[in-house]
Amino acid sequence: MPPEVLIEVNDLSFSYDTRPILKGIDMSMRRGQVVAIMGGSGSGKTTLLRLISGAIQPTSGHVKFAGEVVHELNRDALFRLRRKMGMLFQFGALFTDLSVFDNVAFQMREHTNLPESMIRDLVLMKLHAVGLRGAHQLMPNALSGGMARRVALARSIALDPMLIMYDEPFTGLDPISLSVIGNLIRRLTDALGMTSIVVTHDVQESLKIVDYVYFIADGVIAAQGTPKEVRESVAPFVHQFVHGEEDGPVPFHYPAQTYQEDLKLEDTFA
Amino acid sequence: MQRTTMDLWVGLFVITGIIALMILSLKVGNLNVYNPSQSYVITGNFENIGGLKVRAPVKSAGVVVGRVTDIQFSTQTYDAVVTMNMDSRFPFPKDTFASILTAGLLGEQYIGLAAGGDEVMLKNGDKIMKTNSAMVLEELIGRFLFNKAAEDDSF
Amino acid sequence: MPRRIVSAVQHIGHRVIESIWRLGYASRFFILVLLKSGTSLRRFGLVMRELYFTGVLSLIIIVVSGLFVGMVLGLQGYETLQKYGSESAVGTLVALSLVRELGPVVAALLFASRAGSAITAEIGLMKATEQLAAMGMMAVDPVARVVAPRFWAGVISMPFLAAIFSVMGVFGGYLVTVVFIGVDEGSFWSQMQSAVDFRFDILNGFIKSCFFGVAVTAIAVFEGYDAPPTAEGVSGATTRTVVTSSLVILGLDFILTAFMFRGVS
Repeated sequence: MPPEVLIEVNDLSFSYDTRPILKGIDMSMRRGQVVAIMGGSGSGKTTLLRLISGAIQPTSGHVKFAGEVVHELNRDALFRLRRKMGMLFQFGALFTDLSVFDNVAFQMREHTNLPESMIRDLVLMKLHAVGLRGAHQLMPNALSGGMARRVALARSIALDPMLIMYDEPFTGLDPISLSVIGNLIRRLTDALGMTSIVVTHDVQESLKIVDYVYFIADGVIAAQGTPKEVRESVAPFVHQFVHGEEDGPVPFHYPAQTYQEDLKLEDTFA
Repeated sequence: MQRTTMDLWVGLFVITGIIALMILSLKVGNLNVYNPSQSYVITGNFENIGGLKVRAPVKSAGVVVGRVTDIQFSTQTYDAVVTMNMDSRFPFPKDTFASILTAGLLGEQYIGLAAGGDEVMLKNGDKIMKTNSAMVLEELIGRFLFNKAAEDDSF
Repeated sequence: MPRRIVSAVQHIGHRVIESIWRLGYASRFFILVLLKSGTSLRRFGLVMRELYFTGVLSLIIIVVSGLFVGMVLGLQGYETLQKYGSESAVGTLVALSLVRELGPVVAALLFASRAGSAITAEIGLMKATEQLAAMGMMAVDPVARVVAPRFWAGVISMPFLAAIFSVMGVFGGYLVTVVFIGVDEGSFWSQMQSAVDFRFDILNGFIKSCFFGVAVTAIAVFEGYDAPPTAEGVSGATTRTVVTSSLVILGLDFILTAFMFRGVS
């Protein structure tokens, strides 16, 4: 029997002013899964994360998280729900005025009444899980990009959430840090029995660690499947994306009037 | 920065601020805590108050014994009713003489009290009967010229 | 040509609508901050930390400027007053100008450029680096956790800073006129004391500085929170904080002075 479904996205649409960003997305994610959402820049991946976390309201359709429809919750209920979610921002978004230790302890201090000694143990455990127990006294500005993201990861698992969303976790990392983060995502998901949603355009790294992939293009799901299916896919869009080809269904040229008209060439020259 | 050092600095800052406020009130502003129970109110009618203002001091023998709290115009007597708040440590006899004086030639105006010889003291709400108005420069000059003219005539 | 005039008028109209909209938006934000101040009052440690950054770190500039302003006032006042032989009134001049106007106003201007700009830059950078969004994702309200403590710390610091400024100024005036020039010490203090009234001068100055504190920090936190999340956005917001708060301080000062000293003296 497959594990229970944690997130259900049903016919989700979102428009910014009148410009549609997402047009009828359907997804489902189970516990223990690492799911990748891929797509070109500006295809609405981050918007999808914001919809799942309830930061913005969908134009139509809904997101169900652990049986609750996210955008129908009031403020307090939404904040309660968010304690079950973690989010890793693109560059970590560590609180620059707090030390590494205080960053990880932040949520525990805000949301629980745990004694300081227990918070200390928990924080060191979380930091140990990302291999940075020794760095707990540093300030965020003393960390490298990869380390900052690992600390942010430790911070987002502070209250053992059911879901972690990663917004471009691989951007701007060297190959070593990149695979460290990738493996951490997989390991923590398995160890904590949570669900991970990875928004990325780093195809090769994410295909190594994920269970399922959704491709989003022009606001709809262009393709989906397991990493194996995706690698072997012959669908032109997936093929272009996975292999990083310059031209294909996603055109190299931004839509424009014809070249001739733009350069104001006379018909006689054409 | 250690939490405790930060707390220490903030504590010092707040204490410095409070001390500064106290210096302003006591040393610069010379705040006398006027307690209503420790003062009594008297009034006096003056024909002309000149430039007397509310908050002007009431002095006797040069010592501040009270302050002017209110100046009104009376339509019954067509003169100025000045209300004074007096320190209850300094009771004055009933026939005290109040005059409006000027500190120096161009200084601010104040009320000078000259104690009389009455046995009965002024009580809260009493009225000073003997008052002397402010000097008005034009009147003074006028009087001087008039006297001068009279002197010349006698020759 | 008429089209150009029309577009110029349109431009003015657009600017007016924009600024009124922004003013309303800022007022709503201000009320929101007040409503969400519960956390900062319950956990005063949060405000303490910000008191250090806004209050303690502004002390140096306040103390030094206060001293110099007082010394200049003393020197200039003495130069003018001695022509009329009333150099002993220099204490009155220094104290009254500091307590009524210069203390609250100059301290607030310095505070706006020292602490106000720092608050804007800090909140703006936290927004630009997604720290505020991250906080929201952790079910912690950034207005209650980040904005409100900074606001209250500013409001608390301002009257203290203004008082320290005035005291340093009076001391500076004393130093120049009594210690260096040799004005009689007794008449310096006694003239000052008989002229400065607690309620009308010191209390009003204190009230003014409270108003300035609210205005400056409200502008600073709003500009920071509203800053576009880019480097130019934050630097622009910082500049706007200093410019807007300086103008507001001076305008507010006129209005408050008109209310406080109308009909008195």
